[in-house]
Amino acid sequence: MSAALEFETYNAIVQLHARYASAVDANDWGAWVDCFVDDCVYRIQPRENFERGFPLATLSFESKGMLKDRAYGIAETLFHDPYYQRHIVGAPLILSASDAGIECEANYVVIRTKLSELSTVFNAGRYIDTIVRTSEGLKFKLRQCIYDSEMIPNSIIYPI
Amino acid sequence: MNERVIPREPHGLDWFQNGTSRIPFRVYTDAELHTRELENFFYKNHWCYVGLEAEIPNPGDFKRTVIGERSVVMTRSEDGSVNVVENVCAHRGMQFCRQRHGNRKEFVCPYHQWSYTLKGDLQGVPFRRGVKQAGKVNGGMPADFKTEEHGLNKLRVATRGGVVFATFDHAMESFEDFVGSTVLGYFDRMFDGRKLKILGYNRQRIPGNWKLMQENIKDPYHPGLLHTWFVTFGLWRADNKSELKMDSHFRHASMISTRGNAQAANEVSKVSSFKETMKLHDARFLDIVPEAWWNGPTAVMTTLFPSVILQQQVNSVSTRHIQPRGNGEFDFVWTHFGYEDDTPEMTERRLRQSNLFGPAGFVSADDGEVIELSQKGFEQKPEHRTLAELGGREVGDTDHMVTETLIRGMYAYWRKVMGL
Ligand code: FES
Ligand SMILES: [Fe+2]
Repeated sequence: MSAALEFETYNAIVQLHARYASAVDANDWGAWVDCFVDDCVYRIQPRENFERGFPLATLSFESKGMLKDRAYGIAETLFHDPYYQRHIVGAPLILSASDAGIECEANYVVIRTKLSELSTVFNAGRYIDTIVRTSEGLKFKLRQCIYDSEMIPNSIIYPI
Repeated sequence: MNERVIPREPHGLDWFQNGTSRIPFRVYTDAELHTRELENFFYKNHWCYVGLEAEIPNPGDFKRTVIGERSVVMTRSEDGSVNVVENVCAHRGMQFCRQRHGNRKEFVCPYHQWSYTLKGDLQGVPFRRGVKQAGKVNGGMPADFKTEEHGLNKLRVATRGGVVFATFDHAMESFEDFVGSTVLGYFDRMFDGRKLKILGYNRQRIPGNWKLMQENIKDPYHPGLLHTWFVTFGLWRADNKSELKMDSHFRHASMISTRGNAQAANEVSKVSSFKETMKLHDARFLDIVPEAWWNGPTAVMTTLFPSVILQQQVNSVSTRHIQPRGNGEFDFVWTHFGYEDDTPEMTERRLRQSNLFGPAGFVSADDGEVIELSQKGFEQKPEHRTLAELGGREVGDTDHMVTETLIRGMYAYWRKVMGL
Protein backbone atom coordinates (compact mmCIF):
# COMPACT_ATOMS: atom_id res chain seq x y z
CA MET A 1 0.00 0.00 0.00
CA SER A 2 2.69 2.45 0.98
CA ALA A 3 4.47 1.77 -2.28
CA ALA A 4 1.34 2.90 -4.08
CA LEU A 5 1.17 6.13 -2.10
CA GLU A 6 2.02 8.97 -4.42
CA PHE A 7 4.78 11.29 -3.39
CA GLU A 8 2.35 14.16 -3.09
CA THR A 9 0.40 12.44 -0.30
CA TYR A 10 3.54 11.25 1.48
CA ASN A 11 4.92 14.74 1.33
CA ALA A 12 1.68 16.15 2.74
CA ILE A 13 1.92 13.73 5.69
CA VAL A 14 5.49 14.83 6.37
CA GLN A 15 4.34 18.44 6.16
CA LEU A 16 1.55 17.81 8.67
CA HIS A 17 4.02 16.24 11.09
CA ALA A 18 6.38 19.16 10.65
CA ARG A 19 3.58 21.69 11.07
CA TYR A 20 2.45 19.95 14.25
CA ALA A 21 5.96 19.92 15.72
CA SER A 22 6.43 23.53 14.81
CA ALA A 23 3.15 24.50 16.52
CA VAL A 24 3.79 22.70 19.80
CA ASP A 25 7.40 23.88 19.97
CA ALA A 26 6.34 27.48 19.35
CA ASN A 27 3.58 27.38 22.01
CA ASP A 28 1.10 28.15 19.27
CA TRP A 29 -1.85 26.28 20.74
CA GLY A 30 -4.25 27.61 18.12
CA ALA A 31 -2.10 26.09 15.38
CA TRP A 32 -1.88 22.88 17.42
CA VAL A 33 -5.68 22.65 17.63
CA ASP A 34 -5.93 23.36 13.90
CA CYS A 35 -3.94 20.21 13.12
CA PHE A 36 -7.04 18.19 14.12
CA VAL A 37 -10.52 17.66 12.71
CA ASP A 38 -13.46 18.53 15.00
CA ASP A 39 -14.25 14.95 15.84
CA CYS A 40 -10.78 13.89 16.90
CA VAL A 41 -8.98 11.90 19.55
CA TYR A 42 -5.69 12.96 21.12
CA ARG A 43 -3.99 10.82 23.73
CA ILE A 44 -0.72 10.83 25.62
CA GLN A 45 -0.39 7.35 27.07
CA PRO A 46 2.34 5.37 28.82
CA ARG A 47 3.48 2.41 26.75
CA GLU A 48 2.76 0.22 29.77
CA ASN A 49 -0.97 1.00 29.70
CA PHE A 50 -1.10 0.77 25.92
CA GLU A 51 0.49 -2.67 25.79
CA ARG A 52 -1.35 -4.10 28.79
CA GLY A 53 -4.71 -2.92 27.48
CA PHE A 54 -5.37 -0.44 30.30
CA PRO A 55 -7.48 2.44 29.02
CA LEU A 56 -5.97 5.13 31.25
CA ALA A 57 -3.97 7.82 29.48
CA THR A 58 -1.96 10.67 30.95
CA LEU A 59 -4.17 12.95 28.88
CA SER A 60 -7.08 11.81 26.74
CA PHE A 61 -9.13 14.21 24.68
CA GLU A 62 -12.06 13.21 22.53
CA SER A 63 -12.95 16.36 20.65
CA LYS A 64 -11.45 19.53 19.30
CA GLY A 65 -13.32 21.28 22.11
CA MET A 66 -11.26 19.37 24.68
CA LEU A 67 -8.07 20.44 22.89
CA LYS A 68 -9.25 24.03 23.10
CA ASP A 69 -9.92 23.56 26.80
CA ARG A 70 -6.38 22.27 27.26
CA ALA A 71 -5.03 25.24 25.34
CA TYR A 72 -6.95 27.51 27.69
CA GLY A 73 -5.63 25.59 30.72
CA ILE A 74 -2.04 25.96 29.55
CA ALA A 75 -2.40 29.62 28.80
CA GLU A 76 -4.54 30.69 31.74
CA THR A 77 -4.74 28.27 34.65
CA LEU A 78 -1.84 25.81 34.91
CA PHE A 79 1.07 26.97 36.99
CA HIS A 80 4.38 25.52 35.83
CA ASP A 81 8.08 26.19 35.68
CA PRO A 82 8.70 27.76 32.27
CA TYR A 83 10.32 25.56 29.64
CA TYR A 84 10.97 25.20 25.94
CA GLN A 85 10.27 21.98 24.16
CA ARG A 86 11.76 20.72 20.92
CA HIS A 87 10.31 17.82 18.94
CA ILE A 88 12.45 15.60 16.75
CA VAL A 89 10.11 13.47 14.65
CA GLY A 90 11.23 10.48 12.57
CA ALA A 91 10.09 9.63 9.06
CA PRO A 92 6.47 8.45 9.00
CA LEU A 93 5.88 4.77 8.44
CA ILE A 94 2.70 4.41 6.36
CA LEU A 95 0.67 1.42 7.52
CA SER A 96 -2.34 1.83 5.28
CA ALA A 97 -3.86 4.43 3.03
CA SER A 98 -7.37 4.60 1.64
CA ASP A 99 -10.04 7.19 0.97
CA ALA A 100 -11.11 6.81 4.60
CA GLY A 101 -7.73 7.89 5.86
CA ILE A 102 -4.08 7.16 6.29
CA GLU A 103 -2.74 5.18 9.19
CA CYS A 104 0.85 5.87 10.03
CA GLU A 105 3.40 5.94 12.81
CA ALA A 106 6.46 8.00 13.60
CA ASN A 107 9.04 7.97 16.36
CA TYR A 108 9.56 11.12 18.35
CA VAL A 109 11.82 12.59 20.98
CA VAL A 110 10.93 15.70 22.93
CA ILE A 111 13.77 17.66 24.43
CA ARG A 112 12.99 19.99 27.31
CA THR A 113 15.02 23.04 28.19
CA LYS A 114 14.29 24.89 31.39
CA LEU A 115 15.59 28.39 31.83
CA SER A 116 19.22 28.43 33.00
CA GLU A 117 19.37 24.64 32.61
CA LEU A 118 20.77 22.06 30.22
CA SER A 119 18.59 20.45 27.58
CA THR A 120 17.37 16.97 28.55
CA VAL A 121 15.29 14.24 26.98
CA PHE A 122 11.80 14.87 28.27
CA ASN A 123 9.71 12.24 26.55
CA ALA A 124 10.40 9.57 23.94
CA GLY A 125 7.88 7.49 22.09
CA ARG A 126 5.87 6.83 19.01
CA TYR A 127 2.97 8.63 17.39
CA ILE A 128 0.22 6.40 16.13
CA ASP A 129 -1.92 8.47 13.81
CA THR A 130 -4.97 8.39 11.64
CA ILE A 131 -4.87 11.23 9.16
CA VAL A 132 -7.79 12.32 6.98
CA ARG A 133 -8.17 14.58 3.97
CA THR A 134 -10.14 17.76 4.48
CA SER A 135 -10.79 20.84 2.40
CA GLU A 136 -8.00 22.47 4.38
CA GLY A 137 -5.54 19.68 3.70
CA LEU A 138 -4.55 16.71 5.83
CA LYS A 139 -5.52 16.70 9.52
CA PHE A 140 -5.33 14.32 12.42
CA LYS A 141 -8.40 12.30 13.20
CA LEU A 142 -6.43 10.39 15.82
CA ARG A 143 -3.07 11.11 17.35
CA GLN A 144 -1.79 8.83 20.08
CA CYS A 145 1.53 9.63 21.72
CA ILE A 146 2.64 6.32 23.21
CA TYR A 147 5.68 7.04 25.31
CA ASP A 148 8.46 4.72 26.44
CA SER A 149 9.67 7.11 29.12
CA GLU A 150 8.98 5.24 32.34
CA MET A 151 8.95 8.39 34.41
CA ILE A 152 7.52 11.77 33.58
CA PRO A 153 10.08 14.32 34.76
CA ASN A 154 7.64 15.92 37.19
CA SER A 155 4.88 17.02 34.84
CA ILE A 156 3.69 17.38 31.28
CA ILE A 157 2.12 20.74 30.58
CA TYR A 158 2.35 21.27 26.82
CA PRO A 159 1.07 18.79 24.27
CA ILE A 160 3.57 16.21 23.06
CA MET B 1 10.57 39.79 63.14
CA ASN B 2 12.68 38.13 65.77
CA GLU B 3 14.37 35.02 64.50
CA ARG B 4 15.59 32.88 67.33
CA VAL B 5 18.98 31.51 66.62
CA ILE B 6 19.66 28.50 68.77
CA PRO B 7 22.90 26.61 68.41
CA ARG B 8 22.00 23.14 67.25
CA GLU B 9 23.14 19.84 68.68
CA PRO B 10 24.48 17.56 65.93
CA HIS B 11 21.04 16.39 64.87
CA GLY B 12 18.87 18.75 66.80
CA LEU B 13 16.32 20.94 65.09
CA ASP B 14 15.03 24.29 66.15
CA TRP B 15 11.24 24.29 66.54
CA PHE B 16 9.51 27.62 67.15
CA GLN B 17 7.90 27.60 70.62
CA ASN B 18 8.63 23.86 70.65
CA GLY B 19 5.65 23.36 68.32
CA THR B 20 5.32 22.43 64.67
CA SER B 21 3.96 25.61 63.12
CA ARG B 22 7.40 26.44 61.72
CA ILE B 23 9.12 23.53 60.07
CA PRO B 24 12.90 23.60 59.68
CA PHE B 25 13.97 23.38 56.03
CA ARG B 26 16.49 20.82 57.19
CA VAL B 27 13.82 18.11 57.48
CA TYR B 28 13.69 18.23 53.69
CA THR B 29 17.37 18.68 52.88
CA ASP B 30 19.28 16.45 55.30
CA ALA B 31 20.30 13.07 53.85
CA GLU B 32 21.02 11.61 57.26
CA LEU B 33 17.57 12.52 58.56
CA HIS B 34 16.15 10.88 55.47
CA THR B 35 17.86 7.58 56.29
CA ARG B 36 16.35 7.74 59.77
CA GLU B 37 12.92 8.47 58.32
CA LEU B 38 13.14 5.39 56.13
CA GLU B 39 13.95 3.27 59.18
CA ASN B 40 11.35 4.83 61.43
CA PHE B 41 8.44 5.30 59.03
CA PHE B 42 8.83 2.91 56.12
CA TYR B 43 10.67 -0.07 57.60
CA LYS B 44 9.09 -0.36 61.01
CA ASN B 45 5.90 0.32 62.86
CA HIS B 46 3.95 1.47 59.76
CA TRP B 47 1.82 -0.38 57.26
CA CYS B 48 2.95 0.66 53.79
CA TYR B 49 0.98 0.50 50.57
CA VAL B 50 2.01 -2.13 48.02
CA GLY B 51 -0.94 -2.34 45.64
CA LEU B 52 -4.42 -3.52 44.88
CA GLU B 53 -5.53 -7.14 44.86
CA ALA B 54 -7.01 -6.52 41.42
CA GLU B 55 -3.46 -6.16 40.10
CA ILE B 56 -2.79 -9.81 40.92
CA PRO B 57 -6.14 -11.52 40.38
CA ASN B 58 -4.85 -15.02 39.54
CA PRO B 59 -2.60 -17.55 41.29
CA GLY B 60 0.96 -16.94 40.14
CA ASP B 61 0.40 -13.25 39.42
CA PHE B 62 2.97 -10.88 40.81
CA LYS B 63 3.76 -7.18 40.88
CA ARG B 64 7.09 -5.63 41.77
CA THR B 65 6.99 -2.37 43.73
CA VAL B 66 8.78 -0.68 46.61
CA ILE B 67 8.34 0.11 50.28
CA GLY B 68 10.39 3.16 51.03
CA GLU B 69 13.53 2.44 48.99
CA ARG B 70 13.38 -1.35 49.29
CA SER B 71 12.19 -3.42 46.35
CA VAL B 72 9.44 -5.92 47.18
CA VAL B 73 7.26 -8.31 45.20
CA MET B 74 3.57 -8.83 45.85
CA THR B 75 2.37 -12.27 44.76
CA ARG B 76 -0.75 -14.38 44.76
CA SER B 77 0.08 -17.97 45.57
CA GLU B 78 -1.73 -21.16 44.59
CA ASP B 79 -3.96 -21.05 47.67
CA GLY B 80 -5.14 -17.56 46.69
CA SER B 81 -3.33 -15.75 49.49
CA VAL B 82 -1.50 -12.47 48.96
CA ASN B 83 2.18 -12.45 49.92
CA VAL B 84 4.85 -9.80 49.91
CA VAL B 85 8.55 -10.75 49.83
CA GLU B 86 11.66 -8.65 49.67
CA ASN B 87 13.34 -8.66 46.26
CA VAL B 88 16.73 -9.81 47.53
CA CYS B 89 17.97 -13.34 46.90
CA ALA B 90 18.79 -15.28 50.06
CA HIS B 91 21.98 -16.57 48.43
CA ARG B 92 24.15 -13.62 47.53
CA GLY B 93 21.67 -10.85 47.51
CA MET B 94 20.75 -10.32 43.89
CA GLN B 95 17.59 -8.37 43.16
CA PHE B 96 16.17 -11.37 41.33
CA CYS B 97 12.85 -10.00 40.04
CA ARG B 98 13.21 -7.47 37.24
CA GLN B 99 9.82 -7.82 35.49
CA ARG B 100 7.33 -5.37 36.96
CA HIS B 101 4.42 -7.74 36.67
CA GLY B 102 3.66 -11.18 35.33
CA ASN B 103 2.69 -14.70 36.22
CA ARG B 104 5.07 -17.36 37.57
CA LYS B 105 4.90 -20.77 39.16
CA GLU B 106 7.97 -19.92 41.23
CA PHE B 107 10.75 -17.36 41.44
CA VAL B 108 14.15 -18.43 40.20
CA CYS B 109 17.14 -16.21 40.83
CA PRO B 110 19.08 -16.10 37.57
CA TYR B 111 22.50 -15.99 39.19
CA HIS B 112 22.72 -19.51 40.71
CA GLN B 113 19.18 -20.69 40.10
CA TRP B 114 17.97 -20.78 43.67
CA SER B 115 14.23 -21.17 43.45
CA TYR B 116 11.50 -19.94 45.74
CA THR B 117 7.78 -20.51 46.07
CA LEU B 118 5.47 -17.53 45.58
CA LYS B 119 5.32 -17.27 49.36
CA GLY B 120 9.09 -16.89 49.49
CA ASP B 121 10.11 -20.34 50.74
CA LEU B 122 13.38 -21.64 49.37
CA GLN B 123 12.73 -24.85 47.47
CA GLY B 124 15.71 -25.57 45.28
CA VAL B 125 19.48 -25.08 45.63
CA PRO B 126 21.53 -26.41 42.70
CA PHE B 127 24.39 -28.73 43.76
CA ARG B 128 23.12 -28.68 47.29
CA ARG B 129 24.36 -32.25 47.79
CA GLY B 130 27.47 -31.72 45.72
CA VAL B 131 28.53 -33.27 42.44
CA LYS B 132 29.60 -36.90 42.23
CA GLN B 133 32.79 -37.41 40.30
CA ALA B 134 34.99 -40.49 40.22
CA GLY B 135 33.27 -42.00 43.25
CA LYS B 136 33.68 -38.87 45.35
CA VAL B 137 31.23 -36.07 46.16
CA ASN B 138 32.61 -32.64 45.47
CA GLY B 139 31.29 -29.53 47.14
CA GLY B 140 27.67 -29.19 48.21
CA MET B 141 26.21 -27.16 51.00
CA PRO B 142 27.24 -27.88 54.60
CA ALA B 143 25.36 -30.81 56.19
CA ASP B 144 23.53 -28.48 58.55
CA PHE B 145 22.20 -26.24 55.73
CA LYS B 146 18.43 -26.03 56.02
CA THR B 147 16.33 -24.62 53.19
CA GLU B 148 13.71 -23.56 55.77
CA GLU B 149 16.18 -21.09 57.19
CA HIS B 150 16.99 -19.41 53.90
CA GLY B 151 13.78 -18.25 52.36
CA LEU B 152 13.18 -14.73 51.08
CA ASN B 153 12.46 -12.03 53.61
CA LYS B 154 8.69 -12.36 54.09
CA LEU B 155 6.73 -9.29 55.05
CA ARG B 156 3.60 -9.21 57.12
CA VAL B 157 0.61 -8.52 54.88
CA ALA B 158 -2.74 -6.86 55.52
CA THR B 159 -5.50 -6.67 52.95
CA ARG B 160 -8.67 -4.68 53.38
CA GLY B 161 -11.29 -3.90 50.77
CA GLY B 162 -8.94 -5.08 48.01
CA VAL B 163 -6.00 -2.90 49.07
CA VAL B 164 -2.72 -4.53 50.09
CA PHE B 165 -0.40 -3.17 52.75
CA ALA B 166 2.75 -4.76 54.12
CA THR B 167 5.34 -4.21 56.81
CA PHE B 168 8.81 -5.52 57.56
CA ASP B 169 7.82 -5.23 61.22
CA HIS B 170 6.21 -8.44 62.42
CA ALA B 171 5.51 -7.02 65.88
CA MET B 172 3.43 -4.00 64.95
CA GLU B 173 -0.25 -3.32 65.59
CA SER B 174 -2.99 -4.41 63.17
CA PHE B 175 -3.70 -2.39 60.03
CA GLU B 176 -7.04 -1.31 61.51
CA ASP B 177 -5.44 -0.01 64.70
CA PHE B 178 -2.72 1.65 62.65
CA VAL B 179 -5.25 3.63 60.61
CA GLY B 180 -7.60 4.32 63.52
CA SER B 181 -11.38 4.24 63.41
CA THR B 182 -11.98 7.76 62.07
CA VAL B 183 -9.83 7.51 58.97
CA LEU B 184 -10.69 3.82 58.57
CA GLY B 185 -14.28 4.92 58.05
CA TYR B 186 -13.21 6.93 55.00
CA PHE B 187 -11.00 4.07 53.84
CA ASP B 188 -13.94 1.67 53.97
CA ARG B 189 -16.19 4.16 52.20
CA MET B 190 -13.95 3.96 49.12
CA PHE B 191 -12.99 0.30 49.44
CA ASP B 192 -16.33 -1.14 50.44
CA GLY B 193 -15.73 -4.71 49.30
CA ARG B 194 -16.67 -4.31 45.65
CA LYS B 195 -14.03 -5.77 43.35
CA LEU B 196 -11.82 -3.12 41.83
CA LYS B 197 -11.07 -2.77 38.13
CA ILE B 198 -7.63 -1.40 37.22
CA LEU B 199 -7.82 1.41 34.65
CA GLY B 200 -4.07 2.02 34.42
CA TYR B 201 -1.02 3.81 35.74
CA ASN B 202 0.76 7.13 35.60
CA ARG B 203 4.30 7.52 36.89
CA GLN B 204 6.10 10.74 37.63
CA ARG B 205 9.41 11.56 39.29
CA ILE B 206 9.20 14.67 41.40
CA PRO B 207 12.42 16.40 42.46
CA GLY B 208 11.33 17.18 46.00
CA ASN B 209 11.25 15.60 49.44
CA TRP B 210 8.60 12.86 49.75
CA LYS B 211 6.93 14.52 52.76
CA LEU B 212 5.97 17.46 50.56
CA MET B 213 3.45 15.23 48.81
CA GLN B 214 1.87 14.25 52.11
CA GLU B 215 1.79 17.94 53.01
CA ASN B 216 0.27 18.87 49.68
CA ILE B 217 -2.72 16.65 50.39
CA LYS B 218 -2.90 17.90 53.97
CA ASP B 219 -3.03 21.48 52.73
CA PRO B 220 -6.51 22.79 51.90
CA TYR B 221 -5.11 26.34 51.74
CA HIS B 222 -3.72 25.97 48.22
CA PRO B 223 -6.37 24.33 46.00
CA GLY B 224 -8.54 27.41 45.59
CA LEU B 225 -5.47 29.55 44.98
CA LEU B 226 -2.99 27.46 43.01
CA HIS B 227 -5.49 25.39 41.06
CA THR B 228 -7.13 28.17 39.12
CA TRP B 229 -8.80 25.61 36.87
CA PHE B 230 -10.74 24.19 39.83
CA VAL B 231 -12.03 27.62 40.68
CA THR B 232 -12.64 28.81 37.13
CA PHE B 233 -14.90 25.88 36.39
CA GLY B 234 -16.69 25.84 39.73
CA LEU B 235 -15.28 22.67 41.28
CA TRP B 236 -13.77 24.49 44.22
CA ARG B 237 -15.75 27.09 46.06
CA ALA B 238 -15.12 28.84 49.30
CA ASP B 239 -18.61 27.92 50.48
CA ASN B 240 -18.02 24.18 50.06
CA LYS B 241 -18.88 22.31 53.22
CA SER B 242 -15.65 20.84 54.56
CA GLU B 243 -14.14 18.87 57.37
CA LEU B 244 -10.62 17.85 58.29
CA LYS B 245 -10.19 14.74 60.42
CA MET B 246 -7.14 13.00 61.79
CA ASP B 247 -6.26 9.78 63.58
CA SER B 248 -5.29 10.09 67.25
CA HIS B 249 -1.57 10.34 66.35
CA PHE B 250 -2.20 13.09 63.73
CA ARG B 251 -0.31 11.04 61.13
CA HIS B 252 -3.22 10.17 58.85
CA ALA B 253 -5.95 12.54 57.73
CA SER B 254 -9.02 12.90 55.58
CA MET B 255 -10.01 16.14 53.87
CA ILE B 256 -13.70 15.84 53.27
CA SER B 257 -15.59 18.30 51.15
CA THR B 258 -19.02 18.57 49.70
CA ARG B 259 -19.79 20.88 46.86
CA GLY B 260 -22.63 23.25 47.49
CA ASN B 261 -25.54 21.88 45.47
CA ALA B 262 -23.90 18.50 45.14
CA GLN B 263 -27.27 16.88 44.62
CA ALA B 264 -28.04 19.03 41.61
CA ALA B 265 -25.72 17.38 39.14
CA ASN B 266 -26.97 19.58 36.34
CA GLU B 267 -25.76 22.55 38.30
CA VAL B 268 -22.27 21.11 38.11
CA SER B 269 -22.36 20.23 34.46
CA LYS B 270 -23.41 23.74 33.54
CA VAL B 271 -19.83 24.50 34.50
CA SER B 272 -20.54 28.16 34.80
CA SER B 273 -18.06 30.04 36.88
CA PHE B 274 -17.89 33.33 38.65
CA LYS B 275 -16.28 34.61 35.49
CA GLU B 276 -19.62 34.38 33.72
CA THR B 277 -18.08 33.96 30.31
CA MET B 278 -15.83 31.01 31.13
CA LYS B 279 -17.33 27.83 29.78
CA LEU B 280 -15.65 24.59 28.87
CA HIS B 281 -15.73 23.88 25.15
CA ASP B 282 -16.41 20.28 26.06
CA ALA B 283 -18.37 19.91 29.29
CA ARG B 284 -17.69 16.18 29.47
CA PHE B 285 -14.59 16.87 31.58
CA LEU B 286 -17.04 17.68 34.35
CA ASP B 287 -19.84 15.28 33.62
CA ILE B 288 -20.22 14.49 37.30
CA VAL B 289 -22.73 11.89 38.41
CA PRO B 290 -23.12 11.38 42.17
CA GLU B 291 -22.66 7.80 43.35
CA ALA B 292 -24.46 6.10 46.22
CA TRP B 293 -21.26 5.13 48.04
CA TRP B 294 -20.20 8.76 48.36
CA ASN B 295 -22.72 9.16 51.12
CA GLY B 296 -22.62 12.89 50.62
CA PRO B 297 -19.04 14.16 50.22
CA THR B 298 -18.01 14.93 46.63
CA ALA B 299 -14.31 14.72 47.43
CA VAL B 300 -12.39 12.88 50.12
CA MET B 301 -8.62 12.96 50.04
CA THR B 302 -7.03 10.62 52.57
CA THR B 303 -3.35 10.63 53.47
CA LEU B 304 -2.10 7.40 55.03
CA PHE B 305 1.29 8.14 56.49
CA PRO B 306 3.84 7.61 55.11
CA SER B 307 3.23 5.82 51.84
CA VAL B 308 -0.04 6.54 50.08
CA ILE B 309 -2.81 8.96 49.22
CA LEU B 310 -6.31 7.75 48.50
CA GLN B 311 -8.14 9.98 46.07
CA GLN B 312 -11.83 10.44 45.49
CA GLN B 313 -12.42 13.59 43.50
CA VAL B 314 -15.98 13.38 42.24
CA ASN B 315 -16.01 10.32 39.94
CA SER B 316 -12.26 9.92 39.74
CA VAL B 317 -10.71 7.44 42.18
CA SER B 318 -7.08 6.46 42.49
CA THR B 319 -4.29 5.48 44.83
CA ARG B 320 -1.12 7.57 44.72
CA HIS B 321 1.95 5.72 45.95
CA ILE B 322 4.88 7.68 47.39
CA GLN B 323 8.27 6.07 46.65
CA PRO B 324 11.19 8.07 48.07
CA ARG B 325 14.58 8.22 46.36
CA GLY B 326 16.86 10.01 48.75
CA ASN B 327 15.83 13.18 50.55
CA GLY B 328 15.44 15.27 47.40
CA GLU B 329 13.32 13.17 45.08
CA PHE B 330 10.46 10.67 44.97
CA ASP B 331 8.50 8.69 42.45
CA PHE B 332 4.76 9.14 42.51
CA VAL B 333 2.75 6.29 41.04
CA TRP B 334 -0.94 6.73 40.32
CA THR B 335 -3.20 3.70 39.98
CA HIS B 336 -6.59 4.69 38.66
CA PHE B 337 -9.38 2.21 39.11
CA GLY B 338 -13.10 1.71 38.97
CA TYR B 339 -15.50 -0.78 40.48
CA GLU B 340 -16.67 -4.09 39.15
CA ASP B 341 -20.26 -2.90 38.87
CA ASP B 342 -19.44 0.29 36.94
CA THR B 343 -21.43 0.74 33.76
CA PRO B 344 -19.40 1.42 30.60
CA GLU B 345 -20.59 5.04 30.89
CA MET B 346 -19.23 5.30 34.44
CA THR B 347 -15.87 3.86 33.35
CA GLU B 348 -15.74 6.41 30.55
CA ARG B 349 -16.63 9.17 33.00
CA ARG B 350 -13.88 8.15 35.44
CA LEU B 351 -11.39 8.13 32.57
CA ARG B 352 -12.48 11.56 31.34
CA GLN B 353 -12.23 13.05 34.79
CA SER B 354 -8.77 11.52 35.17
CA ASN B 355 -7.65 14.30 32.81
CA LEU B 356 -7.93 16.58 35.83
CA PHE B 357 -5.45 14.52 37.86
CA GLY B 358 -2.06 12.91 37.37
CA PRO B 359 1.25 14.26 36.06
CA ALA B 360 -0.44 16.30 33.32
CA GLY B 361 -3.75 16.91 35.06
CA PHE B 362 -5.52 20.24 34.86
CA VAL B 363 -5.29 20.50 38.65
CA SER B 364 -2.48 18.15 39.67
CA ALA B 365 0.37 19.02 37.36
CA ASP B 366 0.88 22.22 39.30
CA ASP B 367 1.26 20.31 42.59
CA GLY B 368 4.40 18.58 41.33
CA GLU B 369 5.73 21.89 40.07
CA VAL B 370 5.31 23.71 43.38
CA ILE B 371 6.89 20.80 45.25
CA GLU B 372 9.96 20.97 43.00
CA LEU B 373 10.28 24.69 43.55
CA SER B 374 9.72 24.40 47.31
CA GLN B 375 12.62 21.95 47.49
CA LYS B 376 14.77 24.45 45.59
CA GLY B 377 13.94 27.08 48.19
CA PHE B 378 14.87 24.74 51.05
CA GLU B 379 18.17 23.71 49.45
CA GLN B 380 19.41 27.26 49.15
CA LYS B 381 18.72 28.14 52.77
CA PRO B 382 18.67 24.97 54.92
CA GLU B 383 18.91 26.85 58.21
CA HIS B 384 15.57 28.58 57.57
CA ARG B 385 12.03 27.26 58.21
CA THR B 386 8.54 27.23 56.71
CA LEU B 387 5.59 28.98 58.30
CA ALA B 388 2.43 26.89 58.61
CA GLU B 389 0.30 29.00 60.93
CA LEU B 390 -2.95 29.41 59.02
CA GLY B 391 -5.65 28.61 61.54
CA GLY B 392 -3.27 29.02 64.48
CA ARG B 393 -0.39 27.03 65.89
CA GLU B 394 -2.42 24.20 67.38
CA VAL B 395 -3.38 20.83 65.99
CA GLY B 396 -6.96 19.59 65.81
CA ASP B 397 -9.84 18.54 63.59
CA THR B 398 -11.78 21.37 61.96
CA ASP B 399 -15.02 21.97 60.10
CA HIS B 400 -13.42 24.29 57.57
CA MET B 401 -10.52 24.43 55.14
CA VAL B 402 -8.88 27.68 56.20
CA THR B 403 -6.10 26.01 58.13
CA GLU B 404 -2.75 24.24 57.93
CA THR B 405 -3.54 22.15 60.99
CA LEU B 406 -2.98 18.80 59.26
CA ILE B 407 0.59 19.75 58.39
CA ARG B 408 1.23 20.77 61.97
CA GLY B 409 -0.28 17.47 63.05
CA MET B 410 1.95 15.45 60.75
CA TYR B 411 5.06 17.13 62.16
CA ALA B 412 3.87 16.64 65.73
CA TYR B 413 3.85 12.94 64.92
CA TRP B 414 7.15 13.17 63.04
CA ARG B 415 8.84 14.82 66.00
CA LYS B 416 7.53 12.20 68.42
CA VAL B 417 8.75 9.29 66.29
CA MET B 418 12.06 10.87 65.30
CA GLY B 419 12.72 12.15 68.80
CA LEU B 420 13.69 15.55 67.41
S1 FES C 1 22.44 -14.68 44.14
FE1 FES C 1 20.59 -15.61 43.79
S2 FES C 1 21.07 -17.63 43.39
FE2 FES C 1 22.98 -16.76 43.83
FE1 LIG D 1 -3.13 20.44 44.83
